[in-house]
Amino acid sequence: MTATLEATAPSSAGEIPSFTVTLRVRRFNPEVSEESTWEDFTVEAHGTDRVLDALHKIKWDMDGSLTFRRSCAHGVCGSDAVRINGRNRLACKTLLKDVNPDKPITVEPIKGLPVIKDLVVDMEPFFASYREIMPFLITTGNEPSKERYQSPEDRARFDDTTKCILCAACTSSCPVFWTDGQYFGPAAIVNAHRFIFDSRDEGGSQRLEILNDKEGVWRCRTTFNCTEACPRGIEVTKAIQEVKRAMITRAF
Amino acid sequence: MQTHQYDVVIVGAGGAGMRAALESSKEARTAVISKLYPTRSHTGAAQGGMAAALANVEEDNWEWHTFDTVKGGDYLVDQDAAEILAKEAIESVLDLERMGLPFNRTPEGKIDQRRFGGHTRDHGQSAVRRACYAADRTGHMILQTLYQNCVKQDVEFFNEFYVLDLITDHDLTTEEIAAGEEVNATGVVAYDLATGELHVFQAKSIIFATGGAGKIFKTTSNAHTLTGDGMALAYRRGLPLEDMEFFQFHPTGLAGLGILLSEAARGEGGILRNSEGERFMERYAPTIKDLAPRDIVARSMANEVREGRGAGPNKDYVLLDLTHLEPAHIDAKLPDITEFARTYLGIEPYTEPVPVYPTAHYAMGGVPTNIKGEVLRDGVNVVKGLYAAGEVACVSVHGSNRLGTNSLLDINVFGKRSGRAAAEYAKTASFHELPEDPTVRVVAQLDEMRNRPDGERVADIRKALQDTMDLNAQVFRTGDSLNEALTDIRALQKRYRNASVQDKGKLFNTDLLEAIELGFLLDIAEVTVVAAINRKESRGGHYREDFPDRDDAHYMLHTMAYRRPPEASDKAEGHVKGYFDHVEEFDGYKVVLGSKPVVQTRYEPMERKY
Ligand SMILES: Cc1cc2nc3c(=O)[nH]c(=O)nc-3n(C[C@H](O)[C@H](O)[C@H](O)COP(=O)(O)OP(=O)(O)OC[C@H]3O[C@@H](n4cnc5c(N)ncnc54)[C@H](O)[C@@H]3O)c2cc1C
Ligand code: SF4
Ligand code: FES
Repeated sequence: MTATLEATAPSSAGEIPSFTVTLRVRRFNPEVSEESTWEDFTVEAHGTDRVLDALHKIKWDMDGSLTFRRSCAHGVCGSDAVRINGRNRLACKTLLKDVNPDKPITVEPIKGLPVIKDLVVDMEPFFASYREIMPFLITTGNEPSKERYQSPEDRARFDDTTKCILCAACTSSCPVFWTDGQYFGPAAIVNAHRFIFDSRDEGGSQRLEILNDKEGVWRCRTTFNCTEACPRGIEVTKAIQEVKRAMITRAF
Repeated sequence: MQTHQYDVVIVGAGGAGMRAALESSKEARTAVISKLYPTRSHTGAAQGGMAAALANVEEDNWEWHTFDTVKGGDYLVDQDAAEILAKEAIESVLDLERMGLPFNRTPEGKIDQRRFGGHTRDHGQSAVRRACYAADRTGHMILQTLYQNCVKQDVEFFNEFYVLDLITDHDLTTEEIAAGEEVNATGVVAYDLATGELHVFQAKSIIFATGGAGKIFKTTSNAHTLTGDGMALAYRRGLPLEDMEFFQFHPTGLAGLGILLSEAARGEGGILRNSEGERFMERYAPTIKDLAPRDIVARSMANEVREGRGAGPNKDYVLLDLTHLEPAHIDAKLPDITEFARTYLGIEPYTEPVPVYPTAHYAMGGVPTNIKGEVLRDGVNVVKGLYAAGEVACVSVHGSNRLGTNSLLDINVFGKRSGRAAAEYAKTASFHELPEDPTVRVVAQLDEMRNRPDGERVADIRKALQDTMDLNAQVFRTGDSLNEALTDIRALQKRYRNASVQDKGKLFNTDLLEAIELGFLLDIAEVTVVAAINRKESRGGHYREDFPDRDDAHYMLHTMAYRRPPEASDKAEGHVKGYFDHVEEFDGYKVVLGSKPVVQTRYEPMERKY
């Protein structure tokens, strides 16, 4: 079957020609077989098409059973973290032309979470860790009658970690997490960081205590995989280091 | 099949759904059902800000905000609702701050505010700083903050559950309801994506918060999952949809892609230019120029392109120029959207102007509600126990054109109100009996789609729909173009009856759900076009080249559209002979139009000039 071309690129991008590309996709459907397999699909791609566009072409024009999550299609909802050529990325933010389309591009589910079907993994363990670090503002006393004040400098202190979209690209690229699913993982620590360094928050010591657990921050071996994987450009390893340092310096 | 009983069931976990959940779960046993993980909802894509007359950086007050909202909506706004929106804005921003939302701050530590289109000081004197924001990811921070507080409050979620039917104790498509008789919403039917199992939720109160329907168009800022589900479900059960002809086209979508570049880009000083480098908005809106409301800017852009002043090799877009802004300023205030330009178009906004063109953005219309969030079943009466909030609803605070930053506000104000009202109602109401087999319609629909051997591809039908909507029902419309669209939609509805899916399995069958969503899209596109054909005037987001003027004498009314079987009545509440009495026959059903008066309190309609 031939894939129909969809002109998704503006005319300004006309200089980048169309090309054919092969996606080598990891397939798994427990209703059919307990084994997972590789399947190749060749599609016609436009200059600025993303991996998600190619996955859609496969699903829409060739094989409707190919299963993956997606929603926003521009890198803000965190649905479509997958392993592309062995690296965790968002399918909607990865241009085909940037991942060497001359060779088959491999697309697999992110690692360390149970695969449900094709590229879809069970995210529940990931969200469970997130919920455990108390990812919400903790304050004491009466609410102020207007807003709480915060200086621009204090606000900037935790800006980086507010960008997290909970895509799990970081956590599922972490070798510690692969071998020990109990490890909180970078994303949970990033979200703890977002509150620990928020000047309005008073729950820092509780969170630090949780992360001091044997499955907490000390398991991080600073491999930087997470920082490389983060599609939001968050300095994940740095955030983890800052949380470690806070544990040493803050008495809790 | 599994059954559940909750006092309150909320359908949708975007901003409106979660804001409602935070209220109702404090008072009543509440479940939130969402087809996406809450944090994947499209509220997270909102960029620019949330309006509230805090007056943190300059003089402002809620009355000015009300006026701007009414005028921005080209006077089709219900003014009582707009007043509530503007008044309660202040508390709802403060609520979010207290919940932990990291707003940008002024030097003295208050919530910072910036300019946005159509928001002015003293009834249009000049632009005012009213938008509260967190860089250009305000919606992301709202969605995260609300989810965080749901975690804190231990709100119960059913994630990746698709609600596919609404159950009421009367069939509103055919029954004539006697005066004084109650109609009750009794439950919803949901499909668990992971297992393919159906779940019936019986509830005293149900809140629809399913968001928009942008995927009826090809070029859109909306997510793939914004398929108008809640609107279509209510509509199919005989409830009216209000003002569906009004869809907002946001001026600055990345050309060819539709990905949004927030109006904040212009709020921070960005300028639109044509191929000649001219700042053309000076001609169309001399006072506030690039910060005129969206309908005006979008039409001006499309007009520049039409008159041959478009940029690029095909002269089919205009340019958003940020090159005169300091890179540090861009990085501080507009980091995400400038990255979109880099990632998806390979354009460096520090040094090159960005190609932009209008993109389908926001449904002003939707499920009609009163100011408590209760859903109307005609011009006056409500369905007991049924509420709607957010983009799925039409209160109507946006009239025929929504002002930027008023939707994040809407979801918070009316999410909160509906959550409270739903919980309050559940305290005194009792459960109503469900029909013997509540899933019968959904089972039939799913089986038919799954078992149809080999038919048309869902994606082909969807693409044809989106193409005709972009071509014929976009920024500029005429009777001819709209009829063209309607002819196409009729044909596509037929083809849809022959559509099939390839994945026949139970587990995580997104192929099947995309097919079901296409059914929603077709129904929503159809009613949008029927209402647009009927409205022979130009107002806000609905621009008819064959009727370029606003016609208050005949059209200062909300459109109410009902879908009924062929044998049902041709009369609807608010029947106005020659203007709101159209009946459009389809194969097996018809669309009947009626109307509802616009609530006017303080402001007399005036000509809209900026
Ligand atoms: C790119 C972009 C930028 C924007 N920027 C701004 C801005 O700066 N300021 C502003 O005021 N407004 C902005 N808007 C508009 C505003 O963001 C939206 O109108 C608003 O967030 C809608 O919120 P919601 O809660 O109604 O819907 P959504 O956030 O879309 O949530 C819908 C929810 O319903 C669920 N759902 C849908 N169908 C079903 C079903 N069948 N069964 C179960 N669950 C279902 C989904 O899972 C989701 O949880 C922007 C919009 C876009 C697209
Ligand atoms: S830190 Fe980055 S990679 Fe990790 S979940 Fe958040 S956004 Fe994704
Ligand atoms: S689809 Fe939303 S992040 Fe990729």
